[in-house]
Amino acid sequence: MKVLIVPPNSLILFDLVERFGHEPLSVMAALQEKIENREIESPPMNITVDDVKKGLKYAGIEVPSGIRGRLAVYGPLIEQAEAAVIMEDAPFMFGCVGCARTNEMMKLLIRKRKIPVIELDYPSNEDEAKAMVAKLKAFLEGLKK
Amino acid sequence: MIKIAQLSCGTDYSGVQSEIEKAAEAVGARMVYPDVDMERINSAVEKFGFNPVSPQLKLMIARAESLAEKRYDADAVFISSCFRCAEAALVRTELRKYIQNNTRLPVVTYSFTERTKAGQLLTRMEALVTIVERKELLARERQVGLTMGIDSGSSTTKAMVLRDNEIIGKAWTPTADVFSSAETAVSEALAQAGVKMSDIEAIGTTGYGRFTLGKKYNAKLVQEELTVNSKGAVWLADRQKGEATIIDIGGMDNKAITVRDGIPDNFTMGGICAGASGRFLELTAKRLKVEITELGALADKGDYRKVQMNSYCSIFGIQDLVTSLAAGHTIEDVASAACHSVAEQIYEQQLQEIDVRQPVIQVGGTSLISGLVTAVEHTLGQRPIVPPNSQYIGAAGAALLSSGFLEGH
Repeated sequence: MKVLIVPPNSLILFDLVERFGHEPLSVMAALQEKIENREIESPPMNITVDDVKKGLKYAGIEVPSGIRGRLAVYGPLIEQAEAAVIMEDAPFMFGCVGCARTNEMMKLLIRKRKIPVIELDYPSNEDEAKAMVAKLKAFLEGLKK
Repeated sequence: MIKIAQLSCGTDYSGVQSEIEKAAEAVGARMVYPDVDMERINSAVEKFGFNPVSPQLKLMIARAESLAEKRYDADAVFISSCFRCAEAALVRTELRKYIQNNTRLPVVTYSFTERTKAGQLLTRMEALVTIVERKELLARERQVGLTMGIDSGSSTTKAMVLRDNEIIGKAWTPTADVFSSAETAVSEALAQAGVKMSDIEAIGTTGYGRFTLGKKYNAKLVQEELTVNSKGAVWLADRQKGEATIIDIGGMDNKAITVRDGIPDNFTMGGICAGASGRFLELTAKRLKVEITELGALADKGDYRKVQMNSYCSIFGIQDLVTSLAAGHTIEDVASAACHSVAEQIYEQQLQEIDVRQPVIQVGGTSLISGLVTAVEHTLGQRPIVPPNSQYIGAAGAALLSSGFLEGH
């Protein structure tokens, strides 16, 4: 199944989802496509005004442009997702999109999809980390392949 | 190459990063991004005292600390975040204060939308570069030789001829075509000065048409209006020493500039909305069927408190005006309210972004509207100084600074 990870650029979540037999939906591939597209010249992300306009599908015009630009990248991933893993309170080293408001909006859009979602708390010690991985493993194994 | 440190959030995802870089390159500068050790981010935020939820804002704070503690070298600072983001707006303002308190770097803040283009940022970037690169030129206090300044503004074009620190000719005309307007102002100023164009030793141009006119007149100085106007203001007001704040409410945008010993060290520039500009007062005068030159005296006779008018949009401002007239208010009260609306917006927008230093010098064409000066006085609690020839600050500043290019001086 296609499993969206939140934060969407977390390498650890990406690895865990893949390891338990699913296709991780992450922002890396979505951005790679933009960065490698030489026809666009809006470095570093190659987000253009048109992308930000696409973000209007997820948030109104009064919402800051940075949020709409981010949602233009994450929105299609949310739409493709058949399940999702959300890590709450993860430090930015674990993966982040830079904008707390976008994070909240992403979570809402995921919850509204009514797909299977597991919401995990970021572990603060080794025992919690083991329990978190076990919980995630059970969730991922419970999903239809 | 001048290095402008960028502290920002959302520029890449809004598609405006390339516009920022384009604007910097156009004025011979380069955007740089202060290196930050990941380990330092949390401690920088803790020390700063404001803990934003967004990680990108935490990074902005850490980058500012990197500059303040001289772990990263830059010449100026550009602080920017998405328009309408409350959290970023708080961080942006506090970071500006932090940079000003902890470094001597000139700083400008800007909130962008996805439609922000390099052209909108150009004047700000150019001013940052001028402040860094031309400190010696900006320190000039006396004009020497025979020079002319041309200020090609959005509403009016001004020309001024100076000889050995004295004004000998000046003229202004409404701006239509940039070339013909300049020709009119220049020929009138030369005639008044009793000199020929061939006698002029150096020319300086500023304002929106500065590049076009700079080429045409082979100007020695082609410089943005932020630094030129501030120089002209302190020269005309004879306030070359010490600190001052200059308020220049222009036809299209407003500027608030702080200076120390005649050298600008910080500035802010409006331009998002014409509701806080001279253009709004022009519209007001037109609607009241009076000349713009009469609006000030009319406003002085009125009472702004009787009329509700404080719109951020010139169109809705005029709607307020129409409604007030329809409700039976006098044109004096309406004129007074229009002046106060502009003054309040200058206070709310521009003056919040700089540290207001005394004295306040009010300049530009709108400083001739006495009702607006009164409104600024009510807002600030102190009457600003309006120097003689206050509408000529750009032309005066350009003539003064261009004399710095004369050999032997």
